[in-house]
Amino acid sequence: MPDTLPPDKATSHGFGRTLVAVYAVFALAASARSIFQLVTKADDAPVAYALSAFAGIVYVVATVALARNQRVLALVAIAIELAGVLTVGLLSIVDDDLFPDQTVWSGFGEGYGFVPLGLPLIGLWWLNRTREKA
Amino acid sequence: MTETVAYGIAAAATLVAAWAGWHMYREQPVGNPLFYAVAALELALIALLIGGIVALNSTSRDVDGTLFVSYLVTVAVIPPAAVLWGIAEKSRWGTGVLVVALLTVAVLCLRLLGIWQGTYA
Repeated sequence: MPDTLPPDKATSHGFGRTLVAVYAVFALAASARSIFQLVTKADDAPVAYALSAFAGIVYVVATVALARNQRVLALVAIAIELAGVLTVGLLSIVDDDLFPDQTVWSGFGEGYGFVPLGLPLIGLWWLNRTREKA
Repeated sequence: MTETVAYGIAAAATLVAAWAGWHMYREQPVGNPLFYAVAALELALIALLIGGIVALNSTSRDVDGTLFVSYLVTVAVIPPAAVLWGIAEKSRWGTGVLVVALLTVAVLCLRLLGIWQGTYA
């Protein structure tokens, strides 16, 4: 039960409190951007917009999972996030035409000060740090 | 929506963020003075929301209204949400939530100006 965890084992306490806030900002940025893109100009760059939507969902899941101390779900979401930013970052450099419009993960997140690249690493570190020792 | 307003509010948000950062560095939880500073900023953001909508309806500029208003609403919602989430954590990390939120507000204010001037789509 999340509420009975000792404070230093809960992903939503201590440093995790601030980490959840950073995740929330990216959840908001990516999903709001994708909703706007899909509503106003869905046909312009379907791949990029679908990817924005996917990234938005991943960030929302990671935010909620960290906030509610759901470690497994958080681990899955953050792993997908790391794979996503690396794959999209690489592809956007190799093949420019694939993503004609910006996504949060383009160029390893350069439009967001490369925070999207560092965030999953910090997330994984934090999950490991708060792990229950058997 | 003038440059003065946008830069002014962005600067105010950055100042409060820096102040929150100082509290965080000193390992202090969110206290009353910081709370009031955020509340004052929130009043400015609500005024910006109202003023922005009024200005949108009376301007001849070609502004993307949906985008503009959704940014205005977002920017006004962030500080209360951050206070609710951050204040429950009585440590420096609760203060850290405010730092993150206020810097986000500052960035969004600059984007708002870009949307208003048509330089950001």
